[in-house]
Amino acid sequence: MVNKASNQTANIQLDNNGQLKHFLTTEGLSSEILTQILDTAESFANINDQRVKKVPLLRGKTIVNLFFEASTRTRTTFELAAKRLSADILNINISTSSTSKGETLLDTLQNIQAMQCDMFVVRHSDSGAAYFIASHVAPNISVINAGDGSHAHPTQAMLDMFTIRRNKGADFSRLRIAIVGDILHSRVARSQIHALNILNTGEVRVIAPRTLLPVDIEDMGVNIYNRLETGIKDADVVIMLRLQKERMQGAFLPSEQEYYRLYGLTSSRLKAARKDVIVMHPGPINRGVEIDSSVADGSHSVILNQVSYGISVRMAVMTMTLGSNQILPEQPHAQSPASNHGTRQS
Amino acid sequence: MTTLLINNAHLIDPANNVDRQADIYISRGKIETIAEANTLASTGKEIDHHIDASGLIACPGLVDCCARLREPGDENKATIATETRAASHAGITTLCCPPDTDPAIDEPAVVKLIHQQARHAGYSHVVTLGALTAGLKGKHLSEMAALSEAGCVGLSNARHPIENTLILKRTFAYAATFNLRVFIEPNEYSLSVGGCAHEGNVASRLGLQGIPRSAETVAIASAIPLIKETGVSVHFGRLSTAEAVTMIGRAKHDQLPITADVSAHQLYLTDDNLGHFNSACHVQPPLRTQYDQDALKQGVQNGIIDAICSDHQPHEQDAKQAPFASTEPGISALESFLPLALNLTRDGIDIHTIIRAITATPAHILGLNYGQLAPGAVADICLFDANERWQFDTEKMLSCGRNTPFNGWHFQGKVKYTLVKGKLVGN
Repeated sequence: MVNKASNQTANIQLDNNGQLKHFLTTEGLSSEILTQILDTAESFANINDQRVKKVPLLRGKTIVNLFFEASTRTRTTFELAAKRLSADILNINISTSSTSKGETLLDTLQNIQAMQCDMFVVRHSDSGAAYFIASHVAPNISVINAGDGSHAHPTQAMLDMFTIRRNKGADFSRLRIAIVGDILHSRVARSQIHALNILNTGEVRVIAPRTLLPVDIEDMGVNIYNRLETGIKDADVVIMLRLQKERMQGAFLPSEQEYYRLYGLTSSRLKAARKDVIVMHPGPINRGVEIDSSVADGSHSVILNQVSYGISVRMAVMTMTLGSNQILPEQPHAQSPASNHGTRQS
Repeated sequence: MTTLLINNAHLIDPANNVDRQADIYISRGKIETIAEANTLASTGKEIDHHIDASGLIACPGLVDCCARLREPGDENKATIATETRAASHAGITTLCCPPDTDPAIDEPAVVKLIHQQARHAGYSHVVTLGALTAGLKGKHLSEMAALSEAGCVGLSNARHPIENTLILKRTFAYAATFNLRVFIEPNEYSLSVGGCAHEGNVASRLGLQGIPRSAETVAIASAIPLIKETGVSVHFGRLSTAEAVTMIGRAKHDQLPITADVSAHQLYLTDDNLGHFNSACHVQPPLRTQYDQDALKQGVQNGIIDAICSDHQPHEQDAKQAPFASTEPGISALESFLPLALNLTRDGIDIHTIIRAITATPAHILGLNYGQLAPGAVADICLFDANERWQFDTEKMLSCGRNTPFNGWHFQGKVKYTLVKGKLVGN
């Protein structure tokens, strides 16, 4: 009469109406929700191109950037996204030393929660930290995962999907997409793989030496390649991952030189891919380690576009999780922010 | 000294090949007589207490060969008094405490303290494993002879690493000198350090650092030649992998003096139960796969795995309130121990094999004369209703640790009475 233990797989990211409440991982979400994020981001992309880049959708809301791990670009784009939505934003950088002073993560959380905020944007070095926080915050607070350990970085993955859609169109089923580098430690790669499969990508490939591939990674719906030349053959999209220098220490790789010789993306290697291939990188890039400057700055590269799309995508996720996305930017004066919660049901 | 009659119990005593209805008469803490059911009440014996055990199974009190009681050192998690009380209510009459307390059990004073606290509490018996190396640091031999004289039933380095294979060999040789058994939780530290989940598709998906099966099998593989060379008796505890069962089976076939156990939760949970970072399922060694679980169950059935233990590790609430990798491993397992073991009958394992694996065999491994119910034996007895269905509820736990993944599970088989040395301690 023993039950199977509850797997806790109930998706806490969704509210009772199936709308996005937290954004913790791309895993387990429907293609409708991912497409909704992309569509909403598309509507914000125009605002970001205008002279006045601000809409009052989240006026009166307080968003807290809660970063337990250093970050410049991710934190900055979240900050810009919040400001363009007219939210108040608070940056809190909590070094690991202050948590070692005795305050637990839960204590930190409850203290900041007591300041009456509406959203936490969280980065933490532990896999599962965003899940932990989302399952312990007050019910009116939304949590966005800005990177947890090696687990997930869903907004980065969605801005990558946005970049691919803008360049390759909405039908992912025709695409062959290769992700190159340190898959083992990459939260970005995991979130990309889930999102690409949910969006029905034709083929997702991962390319790395075996020391940088997670065990049983093929179960996530990818084909494994150990050599760059064969892996990027006929690819429509090549996504390069950053190689952390400390990987030489843990005996994952012999040297940067050998890595570049075998896995560095150069113009001549890129010729194996399709003629209209796009090259992406979540940044920051290591020139001469995983990518040659001629590729990073070349005509196939969309690396800088990714950064600007990042703002639109984060605006989309912020408005959707706070239930304010129903008011389109064209009629921003329709309702006061206080009544925006009610629109989630519509 | 009081006397007690257990009337009309279904007596199951695998050590003596007994399975029948019987009366058990207890006097001076020992079993005096076992007789045909419903015959002893009318013989004019002096009876202070009387238990009508109709419909209940009487088996030897459970012997748990691995339970952390957290004292000394971690009294904020639990104490010997609280955990022995919880154990006695769960039918467990003997607990073996590994040496990784704080301070470690590496000198006689700590051994005496633990035994004294257990006697003072007055519930289940507590026996101890002494540290295999000084301070569990893996560098120098502990004073094994002194620890043994103080009452330790064996030696172990718990999950702490031994600096190198030569030192491991010397500990084996020295322990063999005094006929002391060494208890190993096989774990190659360099392969498991930093890991918190089985290295497989679940850990890969969740981005958790994996612990490969080889962390266990490499440790067993390096111990086996040393056992051959030194002749030491070794007990391998908390097996988690299918390959380990095969290796132990082969070594037993080669007549090596080894035994093995598995924790009850490894027979019911797999890494799938981690779901989205369920820290209640964070254990060491990690929960593995269905393939491993099937092999572990088969190991219990065919006797390659000799014993089942609870691997009880109570924690305060905060220890599990963090992101998965930052939580402390372990399950508060005393109170789910018997029902989980009994549930193995559903996998086709007969009840005698199960009861033997939680009574007589672990008692034998620990060198104790408990775990059997013949006349003259210590009256440690567990009386349970094998048919009663109940729902496990953390709110009703007696252990200080409520860290369990089994909350809400429906169990069959409930302890009704426990006797330790003939005294009723839990009902």
